[in-house]
Amino acid sequence: MTGSLNMIGYGLAAVGPGVGIGLIFAAYINGVARQPEAQSRLQSIAILGFALAEALAIIGIALAFVL
Amino acid sequence: MILAGSLVSAEEGFVAPGPGSFDLPPVFSVGGVDVTKPMLLLVLAAIVVFGFFFAAARQRSMVPGKLQFAGESLYASVRNGLGRDIIGSRDFMPFVPYLVTLFFFILVSNWFGSVPFIQFPTFSRASMAYALAGLSWVIYNAIGIKRHGLGGYLRLQTIPGGVGGPILALIIPLEFFSNILVRPITLALRLFANMFAGHILALLFATGGEYLLIHGALLIKPVGILAWVLAIAIAFLELLVQFLQAYVFTLLNAMYISGALADEH
Repeated sequence: MTGSLNMIGYGLAAVGPGVGIGLIFAAYINGVARQPEAQSRLQSIAILGFALAEALAIIGIALAFVL
Repeated sequence: MILAGSLVSAEEGFVAPGPGSFDLPPVFSVGGVDVTKPMLLLVLAAIVVFGFFFAAARQRSMVPGKLQFAGESLYASVRNGLGRDIIGSRDFMPFVPYLVTLFFFILVSNWFGSVPFIQFPTFSRASMAYALAGLSWVIYNAIGIKRHGLGGYLRLQTIPGGVGGPILALIIPLEFFSNILVRPITLALRLFANMFAGHILALLFATGGEYLLIHGALLIKPVGILAWVLAIAIAFLELLVQFLQAYVFTLLNAMYISGALADEH
């Protein structure tokens, strides 16, 4: 079996953003369940948070291929 | 790296798809310039978006027809959801054409990744994403400098409100690095890496399924079919991711523009 250890490292590194994105959407769902009329305001905030947490995973994938 | 190279060859066993799978041979050459599939798709996406909105706006009437209604609701969703809500009702109008174009261009380009017989998301080539992010970098910096002047704009971007004293020596380089230098890179990489990873996933399931089905032992062969079923399921997940990435790219563009236009703290 051949492959690159980088990919295992990337898999481990993706755990962090995965947990972070889960927390962000958990909070978003909670917020909408408590106050449905706030959905449109919460949505863009949630997606911004998601994009920022995802940036870590993206830097990881870039480094996994580059290093 | 071992990942590059051809997809499946019987003698060497299964070769997983990798970055090499994205180096497509040129479709044709014009005067020494090789024209590749992503370049053609880029033009096709522009034609599709232009064609749709041109057709929708051509015969305008007070009581809209189906096409005009579709065009207007798509336009309004970006105008209100991304433009007005984020940039603010005072200055959002000049940026609506840019945001609408950006959103639908990226959306169509991404969805090419799931359209049968095309199946190549244009932005899975990093250079395409870098070009778009470079454009947005120029735009948000230019309007920020135009609004506040160079010094005022740099102060706005590098000094968060309510911060003073010696900590500024730490904050200013960090904020400059984060807001001016890294922003376009993460913006481009986010779009690129999502499209890249999605396409590689589809390739892996399709070619891996084929390999298991053709070269696997008798009991392994059904797993190949399972892999193909999963490939179809993942294609539907990808439709969502592709939409989301187009939305996120446009949303972040709107946020950067609104940040550049913001009043002094």
